[in-house]
Amino acid sequence: MAKVTLKGVKKNYGPVKAIHGVDMEIKDGEFIVIVGPSGCGKSTLLRMIAGLEAITDGTIQIGDRVVNNIEPAERDIAMVFQNYALYPHMSVYENMSYGLRIRGRSKADIETRVQRAAEILQLQPYLQRKPRELSGGQRQRVAMGRAIVREPSVFLFDEPLSNLDAKLRVQMRLEIKRLHQQLGVTSVYVTHDQVEAMTLADRLVVMNQGRADQIGSPQDVYNHPATTYVGGFIGSPAMNFLTCRIDTGQAKLTDDVILPLPAGWSVPAGEYSLGIRPENLRIARAGETAHLQLDVDVAEELGADTLLHGKIAGEEMVVRVPSHAGFHDHSRPGLVIDIERLHLFDRESGLRVATPG
Amino acid sequence: MEKRVVFHNRFLPYLLVAPQIAITVIFFFWPASQAVVQSVLREDAFGTSSYFVGMENFAALFEDDYYLNSFKITALFSTLVTTLGLGISLVLAVTADRLIRGATIYKTLLIWPYAVAPAVAGALWGFVFLPGPGVFAWLLAQMGVDWNFHLNGGQAMFVVVVAATWKQISYNFLFFLAGLQAIPKSLIEAAAIDGAKPFRRFWTIILPMLSPTLFFLIVVNVVYAFFETFGVIHSLTRGGPAKSTEILVYKVWYDGFEAQDLGGSAAQSVILMAIVIGLTVIQFRYIERKVHY
Ligand SMILES: Nc1ncnc2c1ncn2[C@@H]1O[C@H](COP(=O)(O)OP(=O)(O)O)[C@@H](O)[C@H]1O
Ligand SMILES: [Mg+2]
Repeated sequence: MAKVTLKGVKKNYGPVKAIHGVDMEIKDGEFIVIVGPSGCGKSTLLRMIAGLEAITDGTIQIGDRVVNNIEPAERDIAMVFQNYALYPHMSVYENMSYGLRIRGRSKADIETRVQRAAEILQLQPYLQRKPRELSGGQRQRVAMGRAIVREPSVFLFDEPLSNLDAKLRVQMRLEIKRLHQQLGVTSVYVTHDQVEAMTLADRLVVMNQGRADQIGSPQDVYNHPATTYVGGFIGSPAMNFLTCRIDTGQAKLTDDVILPLPAGWSVPAGEYSLGIRPENLRIARAGETAHLQLDVDVAEELGADTLLHGKIAGEEMVVRVPSHAGFHDHSRPGLVIDIERLHLFDRESGLRVATPG
Repeated sequence: MEKRVVFHNRFLPYLLVAPQIAITVIFFFWPASQAVVQSVLREDAFGTSSYFVGMENFAALFEDDYYLNSFKITALFSTLVTTLGLGISLVLAVTADRLIRGATIYKTLLIWPYAVAPAVAGALWGFVFLPGPGVFAWLLAQMGVDWNFHLNGGQAMFVVVVAATWKQISYNFLFFLAGLQAIPKSLIEAAAIDGAKPFRRFWTIILPMLSPTLFFLIVVNVVYAFFETFGVIHSLTRGGPAKSTEILVYKVWYDGFEAQDLGGSAAQSVILMAIVIGLTVIQFRYIERKVHY
């Protein structure tokens, strides 16, 4: 096991800047998830840690060793690929033992390790099969088995579940979590799925166009998004953003829509972006003064909850309310905001504004 | 999933395959049957009448030292052309795949030999190896080698093998390159992380994954060396010197059209036909079914 340290890591593909400079310290035994939309540079970052891509600038350290110029084989890592990358002409046993055979382990040692991994992953009945004779979930497990038999210091996963159907994905997600608790190996896991990211991560790295916008625990990232981008990416449905002018302790959306701010917020007057999560709004109770009136276009029924899509002061807004509240298309409910859970961002830069109070 | 077209007119499907069948019948079955008929006949000295001799033509062939020698020559020739052609083109394809993924200039250059007619290829290499002024001949002369492939059987074999191989390399190269590019990159990366060095990766991952391509090309190359190198040999050595480059196909032509032994020539072509059928059976049986991982 080992810590992994990235210092000012950059990657250019010719003129294209894929990674703009990432600093990150991954603790020994930690499960880090790199999350972001397709094309933001997650795989590139992971592949640089693996040694499959050259590092344009900066350093990567695994344990106490700078690995910039060290071959993938010598980095003491194992990687699980999105398409599993199983050797199609080898049996499951041969797939799992390939790396051990190359490293010249004894037959007995290989046998023990493969059997143990097969037991952990419930692969014993399939050891003699070829990958094409396995289901998607089983192939995924073989790919994991190939990684764990080597007992590396770091596991790298590149979207390992995205080729599975939804149900299997949830199941394998749990298995990966359990496996990590059991083995405690430092893991770096790439996904575009924020639910996967939130459930697996000790800490999240939210990537935005080649930059790490925020690194923090799932709660931290959810409760204190560092940028409008992070606020919008983490959480489903996405956070609502309302442009407003703050003055004398109030947020003015338009001339007639004015919201109160938490007591004690001390922010300079100016133009801001106000972030409100759909779950931090509720229907005003009888006799209660509503903060807003929502013009509902579409009410999306999810079963337990209903999503009300509509407009406030000309801006798109989504609200999550319990289904039994009984709202439908073209209704106009009054809403109360959980004021304590407002997020404030700079209008220009999109950065979170500290609200000391 | 099977995709089938449903025809509502019963005769339309037959009508549609008719041209193909007609071509096969006119250009294959009819000449083939003629060869079979001819192979059991013998013509008199003036070619005016022929009479049935049973298997005599075949029996005569297997007593003919030249014919048995031609078998050996063909075996040597096709083995050399196939192994050299496959080996060189595999090296070229691996290099192209590794260094310049998709660079078209390299590919285009390598494809040219395939577009060159066999006789032209023969003439070209004829110039290169021409005793005296030929580039290669001159180089050898500088090194003190007594070079004249018109007189030396071993040298003649060398020249036809080079010319025949050169022509086939592009074809092999294209298939190998396509095969290599079809191997997912992540497989090679996984092997690299597993600790396999390039050479080991080639033997344990790349080559096994190329095996369907490889076996397909072996059959194609053997067929090529057996049957399609006539033009190269005809323009370079005419089977000589002293029949040292007379492969089976060349002998069929020579015995039939130069020596006017139609019965013997027909018997030889029937044997060649059997060889082709054998190779085809191997291709279907072995390659299409077994060499899949
Ligand atoms: N080999 C490459 N050559 C050029 N550009 C690349 C290459 N690989 C990735 N990129 C670019 O780098 C960016 C990040 O890609 P990637 O790391 O694969 O994103 P992600 O895994 O987050 O979807 C993309 O804009 C992509 O087009
Ligand atoms: Mg990716």
